[in-house]
Parts: sequence; structure tokens; C-alpha cells
Amino acid sequence: MFKILKKRVLNAAGTTTEMVIEAPLVARKCKAGQFIIFRLDEYGERVPLTIADYDREKGTVTIMFQPAGQSTQMLNLLEEGDCIADFVGPLGKPTNMEGLKRVAVVGGGVGCAIAYPVAKGMHEHGIEVDMIAGFRNKDIVILEDEMRAGCTNLYLCTDDGSYGWKGFTTDKLKELIESGKQYDEVVAIGPTVMMKFVCVATKPYGIKTVVSLNPIMIDGTGMCGGCRVTVGGETKFACVDGPEFDGHLVDWDELINRNSFYKEEETEAKNHICRLTGGVRRG
Amino acid sequence: MANMALKKNPMPEQEPLVRNKNFDEVALGYTAEAAIDEATRCLHCKNMPCVAGCPVNVRIPEFIAKVAEGDFDEAYKIITSTNSLPAICGRVCPQETQCEGKCVRGIKGEPVAVGRLERFVADYHMQHGHSDAAPEKPEPNGHRVAVIGSGPAGLTCAGDLARRGYDVTIFEAFHKPGGVLVYGIPEFRLPKDIVAQEIKKLEYFGVKVVTDAVVGRAVSIDELFEEGFEAVFIGTGAGLPQFLHIPGENMLGVYSANEYLTRINLMKAYLPEYDTPIKKAKRIAVVGGGNVAMDAARCAKRMGADEVYIVYRRSMNELPARLEEVHHAQEEEIIFKLLNNPVRILGDEKGHVCGLECVEMELGEPDESGRRRPVAKEGSNFVIDVDAVIIAIGTSPNPLIKSTTEGLDTNRKGCIVADENTMATSREGVFAGGDAVTGAATVILAMGAGKTAAQSIDEYIQNKSK
Ligand SMILES: Cc1cc2nc3c(=O)[nH]c(=O)nc-3n(C[C@H](O)[C@H](O)[C@H](O)COP(=O)(O)OP(=O)(O)OC[C@H]3O[C@@H](n4cnc5c(N)ncnc54)[C@H](O)[C@@H]3O)c2cc1C
Ligand SMILES: Cc1cc2nc3c(=O)[nH]c(=O)nc-3n(C[C@H](O)[C@H](O)[C@H](O)COP(=O)(O)OP(=O)(O)OC[C@H]3O[C@@H](n4cnc5c(N)ncnc54)[C@H](O)[C@@H]3O)c2cc1C
Ligand code: SF4
Ligand code: SF4
Ligand code: FES
Repeated sequence: MFKILKKRVLNAAGTTTEMVIEAPLVARKCKAGQFIIFRLDEYGERVPLTIADYDREKGTVTIMFQPAGQSTQMLNLLEEGDCIADFVGPLGKPTNMEGLKRVAVVGGGVGCAIAYPVAKGMHEHGIEVDMIAGFRNKDIVILEDEMRAGCTNLYLCTDDGSYGWKGFTTDKLKELIESGKQYDEVVAIGPTVMMKFVCVATKPYGIKTVVSLNPIMIDGTGMCGGCRVTVGGETKFACVDGPEFDGHLVDWDELINRNSFYKEEETEAKNHICRLTGGVRRG
Repeated sequence: MANMALKKNPMPEQEPLVRNKNFDEVALGYTAEAAIDEATRCLHCKNMPCVAGCPVNVRIPEFIAKVAEGDFDEAYKIITSTNSLPAICGRVCPQETQCEGKCVRGIKGEPVAVGRLERFVADYHMQHGHSDAAPEKPEPNGHRVAVIGSGPAGLTCAGDLARRGYDVTIFEAFHKPGGVLVYGIPEFRLPKDIVAQEIKKLEYFGVKVVTDAVVGRAVSIDELFEEGFEAVFIGTGAGLPQFLHIPGENMLGVYSANEYLTRINLMKAYLPEYDTPIKKAKRIAVVGGGNVAMDAARCAKRMGADEVYIVYRRSMNELPARLEEVHHAQEEEIIFKLLNNPVRILGDEKGHVCGLECVEMELGEPDESGRRRPVAKEGSNFVIDVDAVIIAIGTSPNPLIKSTTEGLDTNRKGCIVADENTMATSREGVFAGGDAVTGAATVILAMGAGKTAAQSIDEYIQNKSK
């Protein structure tokens, strides 16, 4: 069993929650860019979440998630001191930082929670990092102070202009590139559609663009093939070959399609949990 | 005087059209009377061909003699002197190519039902086990061994070492121990309670099971040594699914058998109280002809599919699955499309599977495996209407351990190279066995390898500490 040591809601709208989990085996070796898979209890699904932060000495791992569907909503019902059944990791390959000097990290919505540790990891590695963080509006902004401290320049955007710069992250990125900023690499992490458009934006400039993919996963160790994505015409398993890939080579439409596969089942399950009370399930 | 009946005592089974709608065990097991009667069919051959056919040399005529006498406890002791998982082997061994394949009674009529008797004895023991006579716990010898993977190879190795007093820790990547026995082979063929009981037994002997531990990621083999483990056994199986590499394979509704079976068996998608989603497809094609394909097809039927096809490129004679599974699948109305090879998966405008295009095959000259090579018949393409396709054409070892362990040799197919007699690998103190070494094989071979490795690890550590 893995204990929840801390829980914190990250924004006014309550769309993102942070939890610190006691998981010494994971904390010991994890690196930026890797993820874990959690399972609430015997009946739970296996759900992947990025490692947002860790403390090797205390043996803790921080996750940030959006209560989206059944599993993350039920996780959100748990409190400090509660336990979850499984927490396995670190999975996937860590972010590559070798040979990079200047990088733009683009995060979208809850994706900022995934982009932030990458930006911070790179910044600590001595890389100059411009972070572009986009949100729909002011109420869902997360991690502003953390991101500001974890990169060289933070550009905060909202779609409706209720906070920071008004507009999409892709527009801000183009503006920075046009203004003469030189990037060795762009890292884009967020909703699949945003990642796709960041790649469209960087393509004409020929800037290598790394994306962190989030296909549906089960085991996370390369044994089911459920997470397969097409990259450069080849089938890759995102859990072991990724989750980071060269975004210019990813077959985005296939990925978007594959991720919608269980939509009906998930909507049904979600309606089901709305009827649940408290954090207790099945009596 | 031996019982000269030509046929085995029949196995009581659930009715085919009832059982293909539930996940309860298909074969119900012999009664004591049927077991005793079957046992009297054994001729107690002096040269014991059956024993030679069994990869772990179960002392078959001896245990059968005890069954005939009604002394099931003694029969159990005899079996478990060489086979620590009889309830499992009795159910899943391909007996027709092993013990029973060599039985002299099979020359004229059916062989003695060795597997069914083994299962009966094991089940009897589980139900009537004498808890008052709990086996003695060994004296701890203070040496620590790490076992990676909790499939039959790992479980056997861990059990044998624990019985010799070793302090054994199993590291398992999944949330539940058992390997293929829990994530692959379905409940209706191997109830998960049986596997859980075997694991409990190991825990009784002091084996520690750490789940959610992916070796190679969370901890490397080198780090295990640094932590004080004196030897490591790798029993990580062959879990990497192969795909066909035909167009349309990433369409929605195409699964590897591993994914499909894991969702159903490990994650219990068939029980409403579990959250695991699964698509209820109506017409499913399963590509392949082994045990994995049969299991996937029979699961698909039980999940409510109207039509389930086995698409296999050779003929009935070459089907590698256990005979019994093929019969069971046929009885359960699985449709066999033999001598057909998939060439393309078709999808609708939303990218959902809507058909499997196949080409007819004929058997040509034998290939290196000795089986006749299937050759495509030009222009014979046709489409099977399906809304899901399950690929069950084989698996290979996962490269994770190899890529994170320096100096561990593997062969061209990614299998770990281990000495046949000792299971020693190219790394000192590291042993390996089961599917990780052989590629996808059988439960009993994996167990045998685990057993041999336990013996070698014992010798290795004893010699070292001299
Ligand atoms: C490597 C990896 C890292 C991830 N890291 C994080 C993280 O740090 N924080 C976080 O909030 N989420 C993260 N995700 C996404 C998260 O795992 C999914 O959103 C998960 O499905 C939520 O489970 P649920 O049961 O609550 O919602 P579900 O009921 O599964 O689904 C909710 C909605 O999301 C869609 N969906 C399902 N799976 C995915 C997916 N993999 N990606 C996008 N949409 C999906 C569904 O179609 C549905 O509309 C990550 C995914 C991967 C693969
Ligand atoms: C669906 C199906 C049906 C089958 N039916 C039969 C049958 O009827 N009869 C028969 O004899 N054989 C059958 N087999 C084959 C048989 O199950 C295997 O040969 C046998 O299980 C191999 O045992 P193993 O211990 O080598 O590996 P596995 O049983 O594969 O166990 C390996 C374990 O190691 C774990 N692991 C892998 N990598 C790591 C890691 N890096 N760190 C930690 N843990 C790890 C895995 O999660 C797994 O639990 C079947 C196989 C399948 C898939
Ligand atoms: S272990 Fe398998 S092969 Fe050996 S006797 Fe038992 S059923 Fe036959
Ligand atoms: S070969 Fe058959 S008849 Fe002979 S001892 Fe073995 S099981 Fe009995
Ligand atoms: S999640 Fe199963 S192979 Fe990637």
C-alpha cells in the first residue's frame, strides 16, 4: 500500500490536484520525463501519471492530475493518510538533456504539471529554458510560482486573456522564434491537439520538437502493445520507447483516434461515480 | 488385474453452450471413484516411458499406484517430490506430447489420464489438506537471493530455495504475482485461487513477494547485488507481443492477445465490479493457433461475441495448442478458419475495425521446423466481417532486463543465453530460466528450469561461502 502524505488543490477552479505519495522504490531512481502507474484498489484501472517531483531522501514522489474520469476522480476523493493499492515506476525513458543549451518548453493546462518537471530538470542541468504555459483562463492556472522559479523566462498565456498574455501557446512560441530567439529544441507537453499544433508551428523553422505522448496504457512495461503509436512510419510502444518522441514524426490523427476508444465506457463509468458518496466505494 | 478399458474415464465438464457464457472452470475434476478406476488402467511398466516424457520426471506409476489404493496423501507426496505445482500442471500441461504421449496404453486406445489424476490428487490435497500437519519450516541459512518475475519459473526457483533455508525475495512488475498463470491463462482453465494458494505456500516458507517492482527501472540487477543479494534468478518470461506488420494494425479494435487477456484475466473486465473497460465486440477474429489464440477466442465468446474465428495459416494438424483446448474451443462454437492468412485489416471512416482481409493458403514443402510451409494461393483474397481482431502470433522476451544489465548475453531472438545444465548466464551469480531463455514455451519447462536454477544457485552460494 502506498500512503498519501500530502494533498493540495492547485488552482481556484479545482481542476488540478497535487499529491505526495510515499513510494521509496520509485523515488530512489526516477528522473524528469518518467511516469508511474497507479491503481486505486483491487477493482481499479491502471492509470499512468507523470512524476512531477520527487524527494529521494524522504522516499516520496509527487503527482499532479486532473480529476478527469473515474479513476482520477476517485483518487481525488482520497485524503492525506489514505492509501492506494499500487504505485509502480519509474516507467518510460527519462528526458534527454544532453547537448542542449537553449530550449523552449511549452505546457498546456494540466500538461504544465508534466512540462514543469522537465523544464526544471533542464534548468538545473544548466540549460536556458523559456517556458510557455497556456491555460484556458485564470481560474485554472497552476504552479505559477514553481514554474517561474524553475526556468529562465516564463511566458504565461490564457486563451481568453483573463491572465498573462492573451492567446495560444503556439502563437507565443512563434512570436518568440520570430523575435530571434534561437532554440536547440522545443518540448511540448499537454493536450494531444496542442502538441500536434506546436509541431505544425515549429516545422517550418526546422526546430526539433519533442513531445510527451499519453496513449492509453495498461502495464507500462512493453507487454501489451496497447500504447502503440506510429512514429516515423514505425510502430513504437510509448511506455518503453517513450513517452517522449520526435513530434514531427508522430502520426497525430491515429493517436487522437486511439485515445478516444473507450470514451463511451468512460462516460458511463463517470456517471456511475457521480452517484457514489464520499471516498468509499462498494460499501 | 489391470482395467483394460480402451478409453480414459471421461472428465466431467460444464455443458459447452452453458460454459461459453461464464468464466467458471470448464473441467470439473474426477471424483475419487473415477480417479481410482482410472488409476487401475496403469500397467506399471518397468521402463516407465511416461516418466521419460515428463520434463520434471514425475514418478508417474508410483503415484498412480497410491491413487489406486485410495492413499491420496501418499500420492501427493510422491508427485510433489519432483513437481511443486501439480494442481497447475495437471490442468495445463500438453500431456499429449509429454507424459501421456509416451504411455503404452496409448498405442491401442487412450493413454492413462496422467494429467487428470495429477490434478485430482492436487485438488484433493487442497480440499482435505491437513493444516495440523503444516510442513516444517527450514532453518534460515542467512543467504539472500533475488528472483525476478513470479511466473512458474520464478515461483519454483523461489520455493526450492526457500525450502533450503534461503531468504528469497521475488520482484514482480505487475500488481499480482503469478506471471502468465494470472494474466494470460483464463479462470475457466486455471482458477486463480489455485495460483494464489501456491503463492501463499511460498510465503509460508518465508518468501517475500514485492509487487509493482520493475527490475531494470526501479532497481537494476547490479543494485540488487549491492543491496546484499548473493545471487539473482531471472524468470521474466516472454511478454513482448509480436504483431503481423500488415496494414491497419493500429486501427481501433485491434488488440494483442496479451492486452486482451490481461484486461480480462488480470484486470477482470468480465466482472462488473471492476473498472477495466473492454469493448464488447460482436464478431471477432483471433489470429494464431496456439494456446494463447484458443484462450483469447474462448474469452471473446464469453464476453458475449456472436461469432469468433480462429484464423490460422496452416491446417488442423499443425495447430500448436493443447489438443483439449482445441476440442473445447470447437465445442464452444469457435469457428476455425484454417489455411487462411491475414493480409490487411480494414476500417471504417472512424478508424474502427470492420473487416479482416485474408488469403487462402496451401501446404507446400516442409520447412526447417519440419512443418509443411504454407503458401498463399494467388488471387484467393476474401474478407471476414469483424469488429475486432486479436493478434496471437507469439511473444518474445522483453528487452528491458538485457538493456539495463551490462554483460548479460542474449541471442538473436532476444532470449537470455543460459547454460542448459545449470541455468547460469554470462554474468556471475546471475541465473535465468523459463520463457526468458527459451522463448514462449510451457509451464512445466519453466518450472523445470526454475528447479535446476535453484539447485545451481544453492551450489554456487555454498561454494562461494566455503
Ligand atoms: C505517460 C503518461 C503520463 C500522464 N501523465 C498525466 C499527469 O501527470 N496528469 C494527468 O492528469 N494525466 C496524465 N496522463 C493522462 C491520464 O493517464 C489519463 O487522463 C487517464 O485516462 C485518466 O484516467 P481516468 O480514469 O480518470 O479517466 P478516463 O475515464 O480514463 O478518461 C477521461 C477522458 O480522458 C480520455 N483519455 C483516456 N486516456 C487518455 C490518455 N491517456 N490521454 C488523454 N486522454 C485520455 C478519455 O477518452 C476520456 O474522455 C498521462 C498519461 C500518460 C500515458
Ligand atoms: C494465454 C497463454 C496460455 C498458455 N497456455 C499454456 C498451457 O495451456 N500450457 C502450458 O504449458 N503453457 C501455456 N502457456 C505458456 C506458459 O504460460 C509459459 O510458458 C510460462 O508461463 C512461462 O513461465 P515463466 O515463469 O518463464 O514466465 P511468465 O509466466 O511469463 O512470468 C514472467 C513474470 O515476470 C514478470 N516480469 C517481466 N519483466 C519483469 C521485470 N523487468 N521486473 C519484474 N518482473 C518482471 C512478468 O510480469 C511476469 O509476471 C500459455 C501462455 C499464454 C500467454
Ligand atoms: S507434470 Fe505435466 S508432463 Fe509431467 S506428469 Fe504431470 S501433467 Fe504430465
Ligand atoms: S506408460 Fe502408461 S501404463 Fe505404463 S506406467 Fe506409465 S502411465 Fe502407466
Ligand atoms: S502499456 Fe502495455 S506495452 Fe505499453
